[in-house]
Amino acid sequence: MSELAHAGVAELGRLLRQRRVSAVELARLQLARIERHRDLNAFLDVRPEVTLAQARAADERRARGEDGALLGVPIAHKDIFVTRDWASTASSRILQGYMSPFDATVVENLARAGMVCLGKLNCDEFAMGSSNENSAYGNVLNPWDKAAVPGGSSGGSSAVVAARLAPVATATDTGGSIREPAAFTGITGTKPTYGRPSRWGMIAFASSLDTAGLMTQSAEDCALVFNEMLGFDPKDSTSLDAPREDFTRHLDDPVNGLRIGVPKEFFGEGLKPDVERAVRSALAEYEKLGARLVDISLPNAELGIPVYYVVAPAEASSNLARFDGVRYGHRAASYDDLIDMMKKSRSEGFGPEPKRRILIGTYVLSHGYYDAYFIKAMQVRRLIAEDFRRAFGQCDVIASPVTTSVAFGFGEKTTDPVAMYLADLYTVPGSLAGVPSMSIPCGFGERGRPVGLQLMADHMQEARMLGVAHRYQRATDWHCRLPEGF
Amino acid sequence: MAWEVVIGLETHAQLSTASKIFSGSPTAFGAMPNTQASVLDLALPGTLPVLNRGAVQRAIQFGLAIGATIAPQSVFARKNYFYPDLPKGYQISQYEIPVVQGGTLSCVVTPKSGEPYVKTVRLTRAHLEEDAGKSLHEDYHGMTGIDLNRAGTPLLEIVSEPDLRSSAEAVAYAKALHSLVVWLGICDGNMQEGSFRCDANVSVRRAGSPKLGTRAEIKNLNSFRFLQQAIDFEVKRQVELVEDGGTVVQETRLYDPGRNETRSMRSKEDAMDYRYFPDPDLLPLAIDREWIEAIAREMPELPGAMRSRLVREHGLPEYDASVLTASKSLAAYYEAVASAVADRKVAANWIMGEVAAALNSAQIDVAASPVSAAQLAGLIGRVLDGTVNNKTAKDVFAALWNGEGESADAIIEARGLKQISDAGAIERLIDEVLAANPGPVAELRAGRDKAFNSLVGQCMKATRGKANPQQVNEILRRRLAGG
Repeated sequence: MSELAHAGVAELGRLLRQRRVSAVELARLQLARIERHRDLNAFLDVRPEVTLAQARAADERRARGEDGALLGVPIAHKDIFVTRDWASTASSRILQGYMSPFDATVVENLARAGMVCLGKLNCDEFAMGSSNENSAYGNVLNPWDKAAVPGGSSGGSSAVVAARLAPVATATDTGGSIREPAAFTGITGTKPTYGRPSRWGMIAFASSLDTAGLMTQSAEDCALVFNEMLGFDPKDSTSLDAPREDFTRHLDDPVNGLRIGVPKEFFGEGLKPDVERAVRSALAEYEKLGARLVDISLPNAELGIPVYYVVAPAEASSNLARFDGVRYGHRAASYDDLIDMMKKSRSEGFGPEPKRRILIGTYVLSHGYYDAYFIKAMQVRRLIAEDFRRAFGQCDVIASPVTTSVAFGFGEKTTDPVAMYLADLYTVPGSLAGVPSMSIPCGFGERGRPVGLQLMADHMQEARMLGVAHRYQRATDWHCRLPEGF
Repeated sequence: MAWEVVIGLETHAQLSTASKIFSGSPTAFGAMPNTQASVLDLALPGTLPVLNRGAVQRAIQFGLAIGATIAPQSVFARKNYFYPDLPKGYQISQYEIPVVQGGTLSCVVTPKSGEPYVKTVRLTRAHLEEDAGKSLHEDYHGMTGIDLNRAGTPLLEIVSEPDLRSSAEAVAYAKALHSLVVWLGICDGNMQEGSFRCDANVSVRRAGSPKLGTRAEIKNLNSFRFLQQAIDFEVKRQVELVEDGGTVVQETRLYDPGRNETRSMRSKEDAMDYRYFPDPDLLPLAIDREWIEAIAREMPELPGAMRSRLVREHGLPEYDASVLTASKSLAAYYEAVASAVADRKVAANWIMGEVAAALNSAQIDVAASPVSAAQLAGLIGRVLDGTVNNKTAKDVFAALWNGEGESADAIIEARGLKQISDAGAIERLIDEVLAANPGPVAELRAGRDKAFNSLVGQCMKATRGKANPQQVNEILRRRLAGG
């Protein structure tokens, strides 16, 4: 049975279609493995009866003649997506036990396609963090090395896909929260163009950056799930009204003649040699496959982190204002009056990182600072987007490291928020520009921890980008490597 | 030393959309608490706003009506503050770039003393925003109840320039604005339900001073009377304060109608920093020319245009035209009467005189007038053809008002009020009156003209007002002149 547990989305789809396995069997198999690997602390809420009911429904649909590629395939959702049947907490104490009366559009789309939800996944509180150490519900362990962080904020999502507890998991990326954990756990993590996935039902962190995406074993699996997950949603005003497309259509395009942009700013000081070595050899592999490397420059990318840490906290400080203890969520046990109730509820309910970002965000939006920080940051954000626009005139995709180092150890950066923020150095520029980007495994570095290669493409070019990733995964087997014990 | 009063108004008009500005919940007033609040109105995690097209359309209608610029792109911003009935912790409003920019509105001001005049007020802007919910402090035994039915109701906040110079001007402007939004059908104008409410920015300065005084903002005035009283109180307070050597501080004040005074709510020092920033959940609001033109084509005739038409085509004085176009219902009433009588000025006089006085004392709108436009036109017809004189006509009007007859003709007939215009009959009458009143006749002959009116009065009295007063005048003069 272990091979079945290791199968990816595409393969499971085939097995289900051939009736060689049922959705119920798959669900039982993975629920048992989830139970066995509880020490990873990747799941926050598992309700086997609901999962099995969904699996039975998928099998019934199959029996009635439905034939979707995802029908009966298991999935797990990051706890940033609200769900009717599992608690939705954003890994925060302030939403402990919160039950949403509706499903996020992404959740709904995938359920419509017949995917079976295994439960909700741990993450950094309100998706704020790069190591999953900011969860109110404890750390998630990296399946490759339990002394290492799984990355964040989508640490639960990266861990379960790396450990093969689910073939696919939803995740969200605001400044690197899909790509960095994917790199740290040796899996494929993909963030589509901002506006492609609906944000309806995603608990907001930074609205202008928040993008739903996927953790998968391969680019092909990602393309299959994107086909059902992405699309225009009238409930989200920032949703792109683009025609539906088949994200698998470029998977078999040759990379012959492909121009891969290599931004010099992403290979500078701070990049660890083990990571650089793995990334350079991936680039060499692409050259071998017929692609051409083009030196490019993203001159304003280095301003990404300061810009991001103005824009994202500013939006977060406002987005998190609704958690006030008045209508739902945590309310302090005793208080003097309304204002006191709000203050105490929020003080008790939020962990240190959301508090830090609320403070930063409140500060940069304050009278007298708004122009100097927020307006300036928005201007630089436009310059960064302009860098990308110019770069994509010279190349088809951009390739770079995802992170400066492999996964770090627990506690290594928790005392220094700025060091933690720098973990997003290479991922934040793409987020600010809203372009699709992904991390694919490309080797191992120090202590045998995985290294990721970042690919970025122009707006709406995710099908192309997935094709470029797929060609690499056809030629290499890094994405097939499994951590021991799973 | 004379003081000049400077007032600007910020008016919130609730737009008449069936659903809220960013959610599909209904906006109807008076439902059970929290039965008209969706997941968005409750600000549940993961919810997002989607702009109601109807609210934008109404803002455009308003902008066109006041000759404003409709911004091709305007921006929704978040106004951040904590309050229990503000579910998201911010209000979505427009800040730096509002949808309606500039424009003017004219109104007829009736000052306490002196002649009525027409005043044109400049508008700064009008922007779209959502209303908050309601905190209910009564009936909850020391706790506060929250009703979110109103949360997310679309509002148009209309801001005037500080062009108003008295409470009378402020009230006239507010009434004109009220009648315009009702005229356009973009607001139901119900002030008791809070559909139309004003904040007044009031300051005083020495007459002739170019510099504005420090202003106080009086919040939430939901009747024209309160608006006037609050401003009058506030002006008096500020003038006394300054004359006593004090200074006005910038602050927000509340008007207490029970005690007829304004009280400080919060000073500028405690003024909140709302940390406005563009709402990342909403794209800039883009309005294309075609949409504006389509709305313009559907616009009803506006009060200003109708005013000019009444002057130009009906030959009415500017003042009459302004009064008659003060509300859509009044204008419609006038048009109905005017189209059915030969003399439109007479129609205007009747509506501005008898009808207005009766409506005013009954405290009802002309739409609810017991005398219909057709009934009034019938009565005016009988005045114009000499069937009744003006005085009798007023009695007939009162009878119509009280429902004592179906039509003027019926009442005139039933009560025998038909005017006596038969020359022979009037001559006989005058003979009798002259014979019975030797005193006044003698006075008159001695050159004291005043006695003439008394003789006319005697004639009218003798016929219980039915004699044609013009004929009485003529024949009496002839008889007296002829000896």
